[in-house]
Amino acid sequence: MLFFTRWKAAAILLTALAVCLCALPNFFPERVVRTWPSWAQRHVVLGLDLQGGSHLLLEVDTGAVRKEQLQAIDDDVLRVLRQARIPFTGRAIHGNAVEVHITRDTDLDTALGKLRELSQPLSGLAGSTGQRNIDITNNSGLITLAPTDAAVTERVRQAVDQSIEIIERRVNEIGLVEPTIQREGADRILVQVPGLQDPTRLKELLGKTAKLDFRMVDLSMTPEQAQDAHPSESEILDGEGGQKFLIEKRVLVSGADLVDAQAGFDPTNNQPVVNFRFNSGGARKFADVTTANVGKPFAIVLDNKVISAPVIRTPIIGGSGQISGNFTVQSANDLAVLLRAGALPAPLTIIEERTVGPGLGQDSINAGEHAAYAGAALVIIFMFVTYGLFGLFANIAVAVNVAMIFGVLSLLSATLTLPGIAGIVLTVGIAVDSNVLIYERIREEVRAGRTAINAIDAGFTRALATILDSNITTFIAAAVLFYIGTGPVRGFAVTLGVGIITTLFTAFTLTRLIVAYWVRLWRPKVVPI
Amino acid sequence: MRLLRIVPDDTKFDFMRFRRISFPVSAMLSIAAIALFFFHGLNFGIDFIGGTLMEVQTKAGPADLSKMRATIESLHLGDFQLQQFGAPDDVLIRISEQPGGDEAQQAAVQKVRDALGDDVDYRRVEVVGPSVSTELLAYGTIGLVLAIVAILIYLWFRFEWQFALGAMIANVHDLVLTVGFMSLTHIDFDLTSIAALLTILGYSLNDTVVIYDRIREMLRRYKRMPMPDLLNASVNATLSRSIVTHVTVAMSLLALLLFGGQAIHSFTATMMFGVVLVGTYTSVFIASPILIYLGVGSTRHGGTEEPEAPPVVPSATPVPAKPVKPSTPSRRARARR
Repeated sequence: MLFFTRWKAAAILLTALAVCLCALPNFFPERVVRTWPSWAQRHVVLGLDLQGGSHLLLEVDTGAVRKEQLQAIDDDVLRVLRQARIPFTGRAIHGNAVEVHITRDTDLDTALGKLRELSQPLSGLAGSTGQRNIDITNNSGLITLAPTDAAVTERVRQAVDQSIEIIERRVNEIGLVEPTIQREGADRILVQVPGLQDPTRLKELLGKTAKLDFRMVDLSMTPEQAQDAHPSESEILDGEGGQKFLIEKRVLVSGADLVDAQAGFDPTNNQPVVNFRFNSGGARKFADVTTANVGKPFAIVLDNKVISAPVIRTPIIGGSGQISGNFTVQSANDLAVLLRAGALPAPLTIIEERTVGPGLGQDSINAGEHAAYAGAALVIIFMFVTYGLFGLFANIAVAVNVAMIFGVLSLLSATLTLPGIAGIVLTVGIAVDSNVLIYERIREEVRAGRTAINAIDAGFTRALATILDSNITTFIAAAVLFYIGTGPVRGFAVTLGVGIITTLFTAFTLTRLIVAYWVRLWRPKVVPI
Repeated sequence: MRLLRIVPDDTKFDFMRFRRISFPVSAMLSIAAIALFFFHGLNFGIDFIGGTLMEVQTKAGPADLSKMRATIESLHLGDFQLQQFGAPDDVLIRISEQPGGDEAQQAAVQKVRDALGDDVDYRRVEVVGPSVSTELLAYGTIGLVLAIVAILIYLWFRFEWQFALGAMIANVHDLVLTVGFMSLTHIDFDLTSIAALLTILGYSLNDTVVIYDRIREMLRRYKRMPMPDLLNASVNATLSRSIVTHVTVAMSLLALLLFGGQAIHSFTATMMFGVVLVGTYTSVFIASPILIYLGVGSTRHGGTEEPEAPPVVPSATPVPAKPVKPSTPSRRARARR
């Protein structure tokens, strides 16, 4: 147990040194580290609870995605059957399916054939899975079209991907530094912005779908008359100021055709406005519509709310225009940001928010540091008082252990949280346990009458098996914690798990090596323990 | 230098005799803890029941709690609590989950922010919606069960099944008592509490495993020693280590408790109770004697055990400078692992 070949000793020391050195980037200012080669830059990231910042968990409204999917199928059914001139009745969305009744039995086969063309094979990343996106069933003339579960899942996945892209653009637009935006599970998105103290504006930006439509105002009746019954092609929408509008459902030009939007001021009255520009397709459509409807009002609809409903005075053929409403400078700016970033495929809901101010973060860092120093000092003194020289060896091993924890955490670019610091402090208490096990065993072997070197050797041999067993149980707990935990708790699991591994390394190699060298140099007759 | 010996070298304390006291006492305490859990309940934090938690710091002098209470009262947000948190100007505001889903929680936060305005610094704002809190509770419970099962399987592989079962009973007992403690002290029960429970599980087992390792070793060495004597010898042999280790862990926890700040206070307090108080007691007074009842020793001569530890290096050979002789035991020792 006490013998090390020269290369082995060198390997142990080099490993320990290398891992410790990995912790170095944490102790230099950011701008110094930047000048180092990229492989040497990895460092521990402070968790949001330590550096302050906002953590927002958003959920994509899968209900809205499903509804939109049904709406699309419904539109397709209408289009297909009309094209084929097949008479039908009772076309409607029922639950999770679109139902349509074919009037004449003789048309049934043709109708089924046409509708089946709507059902496309799903092509996932893994190639064709053989699944199709719509289930079509026929029950004596009543045809039911339901999106398959796979199709819904796929659509939600796409919606999350698109949302992430759009959130990235929105967050970058308002100049937040180093945001993290990532998918969580099937339908969630995690947004973390370090240093953000008041996420109110961010939440407002993320909470808006920003679906912009240009539609015509339905002038066939007043909104008041329309309260009871109105044309099925129109709907009643609220305006910004609380008034009602009767607006056609048909979208003339949508926000997807925008290429740019900028906040500005109306030169005539100096009110904040948003100037926008269409792409060529949008510009052509907009020109056609405005040419055909001079003198009539059209509505600018954002998220089903009418921002304004100006009357078209002259055809707008340049492809650019201006939205004026009751804007402040900030809200005009935000709208421009939203329009530039594009609309979310489905509404997002904030289901979890955790924001930590910088004051608390700094306090937590200080508290963690104080606790770490105090804990280390107590343990170091106690170990020295209990085991003397060997206690000193243990203390060296623990110091190396802590340095190695930081090294490994840096290599992993792990996040350090306050519970994570607690994990390290706890590791100091636990890491000495491996030494305690060894030393107590040595004491026992000495009492059993062995010579000094014999006792030391036997102590190591027998204690190491125990150390392995006892640490694996704790490691299992840490692994489970890592798996189920989020945020700060996961940080605790990481430091605990890494601490156990470095503890095993130091117990099995470094402590042994130190003791072996001491034995070789001093050839002790009595173990001073 | 005279070194500290907390436990005298030849301690021979009859721990096993205490099983007649410790088992009933533990059973009673466990029942009490379960009763506390059901009738007194846990002080669930927003992680598990949803709602809003805000830590604010007043900018001008100590916080006027009654004024703040009146301000929030006027917002009609249902149940809420105000609590001094560490310093006189630091206040913790808890608002129960608002009816109306996730958006309603956000609206409530905004109302409080508007009402308190710029008089305070918002040190921490946490909002957990209903869907997340349900999940977190489920994950926490699943995690605990998963950890217990995983450790059980590991111990079953490493030891005989009686040991695994004994360790499990002992450590479920630990968890039950700790939960009882949390109920009694009304400590916040949130995600960090689950972390504390899992860590307590890990470390109590750590301790139990150390004793079990020794029991296994003794079982191989002393084939004819009566079980209670053998268990006593094992516990006594590891007693010094148990105490030294618990002192060091207690020191680390004490440092965290005193200096670690309010945010992890309940976490460290729970750990202190679970690891240092209950864990130590359990491995000595529950985990070891329970092996008598589980029938360890009756299958002592089973052939599946590994041979006894390798012979000791002859005393005449100190560590030589050349890699010849002692490499044999060390290699064998390594192979055993």
